[in-house]
Amino acid sequence: MRTPRSLERFYETTEQIVTTDTDSPPRVLFSGEDLLVEDLPVGTKIVFPKPPIEGLPNVKAAIRQAINRPEESPPLHALLRPGMKVTIALDDISLPLPPMRTPDVRQQVLEVILPLLADSGVDDVHLVIAVCLHRHMTQGEMKRMVGAEIFDAFYPDRYYNHDAEDPDGLVVLGETRHGEQVVVNRRAAESDLVIYVNVNFVPMDGGHKSVGTGLTNYAGVKAHHTPEHIAKSDSYMDPERSEMHRSIDRIGKVVDEHLNVFHIETTVNNRMFDGPLDFLMKREEAYGEVDRLKLAAMKATLARLPAAAKRKMFHAVPAAYDVIAVAAGKTEPTHAKILKASWAQYAVDVDFQADVLVFGVPFISPYNVNSILNPLLVQVMACGYFFNFYRGKPLLKKGGTLILTHPCSDVFDPVHHPSYIEFFHRILPETRDSKVLEAKYEREFAENPTYVHLYRTGHAYHGAHPFFMWYWGENGRQHMGRIIAVGADNAHVPRILGWDTAETLAEAIDMARSTHGRGAEIAMMHHPPIVMTQNLG
Amino acid sequence: MTDREKAAFFDVDGTLVRTNIVHAFAFYAMNQGSLFGTAWKTAKTLLSVPLFMAADRLDRKAFNELFYSYYRGQSEDRLETLADELFEDVLEPAIHPGSRRLVDEARRAGCRIVFVTGALDFTVRRLAAHLGADDLIANRMRFVQGHATGQVVPPIIEGAHKALVIRDWCVRSGVALEHSFAYSDSFSDYPMLAVVGHPAAVNPDARLARVARAYEWPILRTTEA
Repeated sequence: MRTPRSLERFYETTEQIVTTDTDSPPRVLFSGEDLLVEDLPVGTKIVFPKPPIEGLPNVKAAIRQAINRPEESPPLHALLRPGMKVTIALDDISLPLPPMRTPDVRQQVLEVILPLLADSGVDDVHLVIAVCLHRHMTQGEMKRMVGAEIFDAFYPDRYYNHDAEDPDGLVVLGETRHGEQVVVNRRAAESDLVIYVNVNFVPMDGGHKSVGTGLTNYAGVKAHHTPEHIAKSDSYMDPERSEMHRSIDRIGKVVDEHLNVFHIETTVNNRMFDGPLDFLMKREEAYGEVDRLKLAAMKATLARLPAAAKRKMFHAVPAAYDVIAVAAGKTEPTHAKILKASWAQYAVDVDFQADVLVFGVPFISPYNVNSILNPLLVQVMACGYFFNFYRGKPLLKKGGTLILTHPCSDVFDPVHHPSYIEFFHRILPETRDSKVLEAKYEREFAENPTYVHLYRTGHAYHGAHPFFMWYWGENGRQHMGRIIAVGADNAHVPRILGWDTAETLAEAIDMARSTHGRGAEIAMMHHPPIVMTQNLG
Repeated sequence: MTDREKAAFFDVDGTLVRTNIVHAFAFYAMNQGSLFGTAWKTAKTLLSVPLFMAADRLDRKAFNELFYSYYRGQSEDRLETLADELFEDVLEPAIHPGSRRLVDEARRAGCRIVFVTGALDFTVRRLAAHLGADDLIANRMRFVQGHATGQVVPPIIEGAHKALVIRDWCVRSGVALEHSFAYSDSFSDYPMLAVVGHPAAVNPDARLARVARAYEWPILRTTEA
């Protein structure tokens, strides 16, 4: 740990919440692919991420330990019989973010379990990427995720993306007691054993969500991806208080009645940046001369590069995540163990709620790996993910003001997000009411044969996906009184989203104070890396 | 809105198959009744290629009129009989790998499937049946006493007329244009694409690709499985 320069400053480098003083350094905020350095008003409470938890010293040993001593299940080797049919489902490229350095933890799990399957006489093994309605991963991405050796052995016949629109590739297992349809991938349903290899990046992931959502179709997802479910989730990062997860759990129980599922769950720490970008992991108080030089160099470089080049540069840098926990066995106890580790990394206890919340929106979301963070995804990061990074009470008071920094450029990737374009430019200007959008247009987009074709044969998100992205921000939108986008390079995108705009952060704070008064309590979430607040009082 | 109230209109040449009307014509020219006839027709066809190209650039309507005049004198029976072989030998092998899936997806979405093509109806009827089209809008050759006159029944299905016949077809069939889809590879079909609610460019030429990007129309590839 860095030696503190003076005793009175010690708290600033150790406490998770630091109150801005007259001599506090300016804060670094992401604004898409740019970095802003901004002073915040005296009294602003900065919520910092916890330092990365130390990674497991031997990940493969931890995987072996987990599958040999699983939760409420016989060991994996005891479940295997010669000649049986096994499907290994894998989480897709949407997590972790950015993609982790190779070897990816999924590769490490496969390198442990595939030889075990082979030694047990199990040859009928398929690797299915549980993309659900996400875009299909490219060949290169698939290779990177599992390594060249496994890729060469399985691709393309036995290593492929789940196809949620394959009329012959899905099976209806039944319904939950709430009438939710349970649909899963046919190969998985017809297998003697399904092994799900998960990366739990945030507490929302994993558990019953893995098979029940990752391997289903539009009808299956539709059961819980509704404005109503999201509005009742408080928050959806906290499965115990999430209506969406209650539905997912009901579906998962039906899945478990029909399928023999063995979960292998993993989670990582929050070491998102290292090397030339390691200063982004530090608090500004802890910046040394080298860090300040790196920041200045990075800002100067970014200022001279076109947006596409900046995007390419950021997406080319993999994250230095370490695996901090592995658990295996029955879905629920396995997931509970991993959730505990995940919260231990992310949760910062707070005992206040702010009138004004500030954060920077970075270049990446789960839905634009190797692509553009389009306006709808900016919305999902602001009103969806970042707002939902809480347990208990939200960091922002009901009716409070959110200030976010992002250029909100009107740019979309027609390969990954073709239906987003139509959603944003055709129907969102008509209404922002999620229920109207759902009732009037969702099915039209979901069944649009052009989008179905692009999803199945290209790398496009499903036609219904932009709707889910809009619903994803539903509880955030209902909670917030006002949203101010700082640094938007156009007027129409914030207007379509229903946001106000400000040229600078200082102007946005003045605007917020005009609503909440001069004594408004201001807080800033200092991410990335990820930080979540926990206010259980 | 019921599912039957929408349709998907597909251009054929270049969109669903990699051939075009010249291939069909060449097939007929190569399959004349006598050796002399075949050689003569083939030579005429080859000599006509620059003329076709010039006419195509100048005016698609003029191109079609000129082109179809080369069918003059062919017997209707023979054209119909050879159409089976044309499908088996030329069209079926030329179907793009992704075409069937695209058509099937439109049908699954509840669309009526309509092929709209500047080709002659007897040359594409088998293809339409093979891919499961519900209806075919194509040019029709005028026959007199069982022989082709070289003139098509107006209006010639091309360019802007495709949009008009689609409109008429929708009115007749009770289909809503704004809920319907259209797919084409060529800028010449811009009117047909612009008239429906959900246009898409398929394997587009450079001009159509530019238009598709400008209007944010989806771009598809049926050339890939």
